[in-house]
Amino acid sequence: MHQTAEFHKRVKNALDNPQLRNNFRVAMDGLMEKRSNAFPDKKFLEELRITGSKLRANALVKQADLLEQLEANCTRNGIQVHWAETIDEANHIVLGIMDSHNATRMIKGKSMVSEEMELNHFLEAHGKSCIESDLGEYIIQLDHETPSHIIAPAIHKSKQEIAKLFKAKHPDIPYSEDIETLTRSARNILRSKFYEAEVGLSGVNFAVAETGTICLVENEGNGRMCTTAPPVHIAVTGIEKVLEKLEDVPPLLKLLTRSASGQHISTYFNMITSPRKPGEKDGPKEVHLVLLDNQRSKIYEDEELYDSLRCIRCGACMNHCPVYTKIGGHAYGSLIPGPIGSVIEPQKFGLDKFGILPTTSTLCGACGEVCPVKIPLPKLLHRLRYEQVRDDHTGATNGQGSRRSTKEAMIWKIWSWAHARPTVYRTGTRMASLFRGLLPKSMGPWTRVRSAPRIAPKSLHELAREEGFDNE
Amino acid sequence: MSNARANILARLRANVAKTPIELDRRFESPDWSRDERIEQFCKAMRSVKTEVHQVNENDWQDKLADLVKEKKLKNLLYAPAGPLADKIESAWKKHDGLPELITREVDVDGWKEELFFDVDAAITSTRSAIAEVGAMILWPTPEEPRTFSLVPPIHIAVVEADKLHNTFSDAIATEKWHEGMPTNALLISGPSKSADIEQTLAYGVHGPVELVVLLIQ
Amino acid sequence: MSLVKHYPDKPEKVYFFGTCLIDMLYPEAGLAGMQLLKREGIKVIFPQNQTCCGQPAWNSGYRDETPAVVLNQVQSFPKDYPIVVPSGSCAGMMRHHYPEVFKGKPESSQVNAFAERVFELTEFLVHVLKIELKDLGAPIKVALHTSCSARREMGVAEEHESLLKQLGNVQLVEQVRKAECCGFGGTFAVKHPDISAAMVADKAQAITETGAEQLVSGDCGCLMNITGHMEHKGIGPKGQHIASFLWERTHASDS
Repeated sequence: MHQTAEFHKRVKNALDNPQLRNNFRVAMDGLMEKRSNAFPDKKFLEELRITGSKLRANALVKQADLLEQLEANCTRNGIQVHWAETIDEANHIVLGIMDSHNATRMIKGKSMVSEEMELNHFLEAHGKSCIESDLGEYIIQLDHETPSHIIAPAIHKSKQEIAKLFKAKHPDIPYSEDIETLTRSARNILRSKFYEAEVGLSGVNFAVAETGTICLVENEGNGRMCTTAPPVHIAVTGIEKVLEKLEDVPPLLKLLTRSASGQHISTYFNMITSPRKPGEKDGPKEVHLVLLDNQRSKIYEDEELYDSLRCIRCGACMNHCPVYTKIGGHAYGSLIPGPIGSVIEPQKFGLDKFGILPTTSTLCGACGEVCPVKIPLPKLLHRLRYEQVRDDHTGATNGQGSRRSTKEAMIWKIWSWAHARPTVYRTGTRMASLFRGLLPKSMGPWTRVRSAPRIAPKSLHELAREEGFDNE
Repeated sequence: MSNARANILARLRANVAKTPIELDRRFESPDWSRDERIEQFCKAMRSVKTEVHQVNENDWQDKLADLVKEKKLKNLLYAPAGPLADKIESAWKKHDGLPELITREVDVDGWKEELFFDVDAAITSTRSAIAEVGAMILWPTPEEPRTFSLVPPIHIAVVEADKLHNTFSDAIATEKWHEGMPTNALLISGPSKSADIEQTLAYGVHGPVELVVLLIQ
Repeated sequence: MSLVKHYPDKPEKVYFFGTCLIDMLYPEAGLAGMQLLKREGIKVIFPQNQTCCGQPAWNSGYRDETPAVVLNQVQSFPKDYPIVVPSGSCAGMMRHHYPEVFKGKPESSQVNAFAERVFELTEFLVHVLKIELKDLGAPIKVALHTSCSARREMGVAEEHESLLKQLGNVQLVEQVRKAECCGFGGTFAVKHPDISAAMVADKAQAITETGAEQLVSGDCGCLMNITGHMEHKGIGPKGQHIASFLWERTHASDS
């Protein structure tokens, strides 16, 4: 219950912060409009979503074989493949690679898996420096924050807040609220970091088994920098990112960039198939691919919940979520916020820790409607609501049954009993009508912002009878 | 060493067989003429702030000379053993007052500092391009390394209209990419940009600030 | 919803499922729905044994407490008449989730057959009865809030609109972000009162800003939430269920 109290506190703080509310509202309105403009033809969109969902589903069905094929092809091409069951293993693999080069400076491209690993903390504790180079990630690293959105990590901040932050951390740079100037400052600061870094780290958008190719989607060029300038490149990915064939990439890329930011294509699509070959004049001399499980293979066990592994991390579900728009990413308390986070994070880290998240949705269906790979998000949120209160101890999800309370269970048992018995139900509504004057005007949180609902003097059951509508 | 690999694969395989997915990988391609492809490419590239110039095969180097003068470049990095070298060198012989042409025959590691801080612009060829979304395809070579299109503030790229594909899917299929991928394959669509601050687009983040395309008809 | 739905020919008889919310709080809306159907020349049956669709327990994760309630409805509507429901939310539960509740259970085929007979009121009026409405009311500006289940689960947002557009004196105005949830979400409003309050405040403001003199919705959950908030704050127009609104504007008994 401690988790719940903390959650409500974060929510309250977010809701009481007009600047934050406005930042999210404006940003989400913009992202929704961009996506909508990128898909003017609804039939085209629907067909593309079906294609995308099938390509991802196919890759998941064949996941074990594809991972082996990916490993074989990468190895043949000279990319060193590592497997990690846990975050801790993955962190030690990265540390081991750095140590083998006596490297202390890492430059990072945007990677949600590295956030999942809390890699920066881990490496810093081992005396390494990690600099985030994605503009949004750099901003939040300066402020010691975590991302509030998976594709726009600093979306919770206004330009004024960022200007103040830059001034505080880099007093030598003149204060400016101009976005172009702020962006250029980051370019200048980070350029020398790219130059100096001994290891570059990136995430992975797609890993193609057929050719052993790592694909990266980005706009800033920092991803290319991290995978090109330093002598060693480490890519970290969840095992679910594997695709069967190269030809599967274009439809998914199309869905990803259009759903995420309304772009027809990102500025860069970077496909890496090997380290620098003899005769080539640049590029890393070593490329490593770390395949992280961290509960993904457990999620895989469930026929229904494993649909969540189709996710291509576009963020459209959060952009369209009315709850996310109100409370922002940090209030969730999980790395990935919004609907997909509320499905994935409780499965990864346990319903006992994140059980509140599946309830943090009105099941309005906006997320499921926009998901480019047709993940049935409302259905999965619903399923996890069941997992957290079921008491038969047969499901696979961590922390199953942890949010079942005796009181709530009793209420629903009584409710069920009354509504399965027409005479009990009719007596109940009749009593409610008769004594409706006694109903309190205050009904907890409901009436804090609303007037109390008024029970009608006669129920529809009674009116129907009086008006002569037959019973059968 | 842990048994991570074996454990992960075992868990994935322990599952009841998931139903195989019926896939139809015939992705549609628009029915465009050469001119329509060119028009679409230019439109899409310009929409992401790319400077596109339509030029001829024989005299594009003169346009290049004009552009580098106009942009007041201090220097231009090019590949002396690359496919564009002859034309570039001839232009530099023909015109006066052009920026210094620079080449480095050694690995980038040997002159990284200069590349990162002193080069104004680089010119590269391209492998092909995609009309639908407005993107160039580069498969960097030993002659034209990948940093050329990344590190200097201005990237000038020469694209041949004859090598325009309708879609990315077409490019992969017609060029048979699955038969062998290069160290690095790139799609580039515009100068580098970010919308990380207030969802407002700002150009010139870590890659080039400007992208100039010379489209050879 | 991309589901292609097949509508039956106009039947002689229909069942009416009133929903528990309408039963207790908005019975006039249920009655109006039945009167609209009856006026089209079909016999409307209201089984007195009906209670609640079962959605509250189902959406709260209490799946084991749901089947008994569902079964009561299935048994209360035994004949093969269409079942008309004046709520996108309850209709969505009955049409799309009843089969899930009984998936793999012995009653499954019976429940599935029941689910296929369920129609939301406006889609039934438009597609099955092909209703033609004649507006008898004075000119009025109306805002429509379509519930998320009506819009996305049942796919009947257009049907709501098309009925209102049949009314000559009704000017339909559109609030900003009209497809955004009002923040009701059943037990969501209880479990996350602060978020729900923020959501309904924005929705109420958007509706108020249209200058509409009347708010109409096909779902009483949303209506209770939005008008409850507007009343509390003393802003915005009055709210009414779409069935009541349609009936009042087209019903000639007083003249």
